[in-house]
Amino acid sequence: MTVSFKRLCGLVLGLAAATAIACSPAAAAEKTSFKIAWSIYAGWMPWGYAADTGLMKKWADKFGINVEIVQINDYVESINQYTAGGFDGCVMTNMDALTIPAAGGVDSTALIVGDFSNGNDGIVLKTGKSVADLKGEKINLVELSVSHYLLARALDSVKLTEKDVAVVNTSDADIVSVFTSSSDSTAVVTWNPQLAEVAAVKGATKVFDSSNIPGEIIDLMVVNTATLKDNPALGKALVGAWYEMMEKMAAGDEAMLTHMAKASGTDLAGYKAQLATTRMFFKPAEAAEFVTSPQLAKTMELVRSFSFEHGLLGEGAKTKDAVGIAVPSGEFLGDKANVKLRFDADAMKLAADGKL
Amino acid sequence: MGLRIINRRPGRGSALFWGALPFLAVLALYLVFSTLRLAENPNDKLLPALSTIADTVGRLAFSFDQRTGQILLWADSAASLSRLGYGLAVSAAIGLVVGIGSGLVPFIRAGLAPSIAVVSLIPPMALLPILFISFGLGELSKVVLIVVGVAPFLVRDLAMRVEAIPAELIIKAQTLGASTWQIVTRLVLPTMLPKLIDALRLSLGPAWLFLISAEAIAAQDGLGYRIFLVRRYLAMDVILPYVAWITLLAFLMDWGLRTLNRRISPWLTRGAA
Repeated sequence: MTVSFKRLCGLVLGLAAATAIACSPAAAAEKTSFKIAWSIYAGWMPWGYAADTGLMKKWADKFGINVEIVQINDYVESINQYTAGGFDGCVMTNMDALTIPAAGGVDSTALIVGDFSNGNDGIVLKTGKSVADLKGEKINLVELSVSHYLLARALDSVKLTEKDVAVVNTSDADIVSVFTSSSDSTAVVTWNPQLAEVAAVKGATKVFDSSNIPGEIIDLMVVNTATLKDNPALGKALVGAWYEMMEKMAAGDEAMLTHMAKASGTDLAGYKAQLATTRMFFKPAEAAEFVTSPQLAKTMELVRSFSFEHGLLGEGAKTKDAVGIAVPSGEFLGDKANVKLRFDADAMKLAADGKL
Repeated sequence: MGLRIINRRPGRGSALFWGALPFLAVLALYLVFSTLRLAENPNDKLLPALSTIADTVGRLAFSFDQRTGQILLWADSAASLSRLGYGLAVSAAIGLVVGIGSGLVPFIRAGLAPSIAVVSLIPPMALLPILFISFGLGELSKVVLIVVGVAPFLVRDLAMRVEAIPAELIIKAQTLGASTWQIVTRLVLPTMLPKLIDALRLSLGPAWLFLISAEAIAAQDGLGYRIFLVRRYLAMDVILPYVAWITLLAFLMDWGLRTLNRRISPWLTRGAA
């Protein structure tokens, strides 16, 4: 009995501490210090560069604010922290932005559309040569991630459904070793840099990748809408820093590319290879055009249907309309009274017009 | 004298109250913070309302999942408990055989004790990538992880306890003409079985830890699988009841083993609770 009582006490203290931490308020209102989270991905490496080189500080100073850029090792954890109110902004994909913060009631704005995956996510098979050969396969992937979405789109393209395959949730850190060394694993869906390694396995074939569904897996800088509204300087500083870096990248600044390559654990050639399958929007005008095109609503329609069918919109969601999405082309998706994900081209347009 | 606090004992009802107090405190704390967060954001997923949790539990425990056609909570529990059961059964068997062998037979001890001592010091989680590669991603590697984590502890614990059997007892048995086998079956086994069960009880915590870690990395079902799956979209309404359910299962297993021990060796619990 004494043991279990001690355990209980530990539990009580632990929970109390966790609750106290969890409840640090997600304050909006005017403030001068902001925290932005990012994690490793080819298209997000500039944020690390901005933090390391003082480029972010330069832009923050210009608007009289303070922006702290924090790297989080675990991508999902970074989004959860943002959703819980620990950060004012965070990098994530369009699908995760919808299913984690937006579905969790945190009104979020996609401030910067940095790129879309154009081959960075893919399906690799050991035994087959085409998507149709996925039938009956056991597929290792990170369930409920964009990999899962990619698989659903691929299966759909050959009139298969998820019932025709067996999905095994496998952590992204283990996908490479499992696929290369275990006869258990014959099919995987993953993203770069893991994708490049599994595709290089002898006899393996990449049967589908995100270049087959261009513009559907979008990488965003998402900022809390209320914070952004009360502090327009934050949006301007982030956008300003971002497009200064994009200009450098587009010009092929070797020092910057090498810095980012090192930070992502590869070399210059490896990083360039990852960028080749990442469709970066180097110019703010391009990004703004992408966001304002009617295609975005069609993409988000696919994404929200997938998310709803997989239960990602949460317990309260009885239909896919539960979480409203606003896109600049003027269309609303879902509940107009509950818009929680907003695509906004205004800040990028300011950058395009050189008004920052 | 009796007024000293160390001499005052709670009555039955009062003990119940003090025991329940931490639970009530946690519940109250949760309700306060949950209400605060939900007032600010009705869709907050971090501290869902108890009614939301109840709805989710209803769905998980009593309705068929659309995608898999299973009732998730029971399917997950069955998968996890069978992995845990296999892992613990194999570990107990190894613990019993190797522990008694090593504790009783000097040659076995000389051959096995050093290597078991070394193996028991390897953190099992560090072996996980190797296990997945050598045993695949299926059930086997999850069971092996539990065995690697739990068996060396059981072996060492049991070997030490066998060694601690008073030499007089062993000598007495020999003067009565008992063979080694008879000593094992008539003397060592009956005294060691309850000790093995106690050691198993202490291993439940680590065993669950290894199970859930393995399920978090690669699985199609299981309690740990579900928690790490829904973590992806911050579904605390699933995670919190699952944690409570795991705790309850672990508690029941511990209680079951303790009861079993009292049944098979009532003389051992003399005086103790």
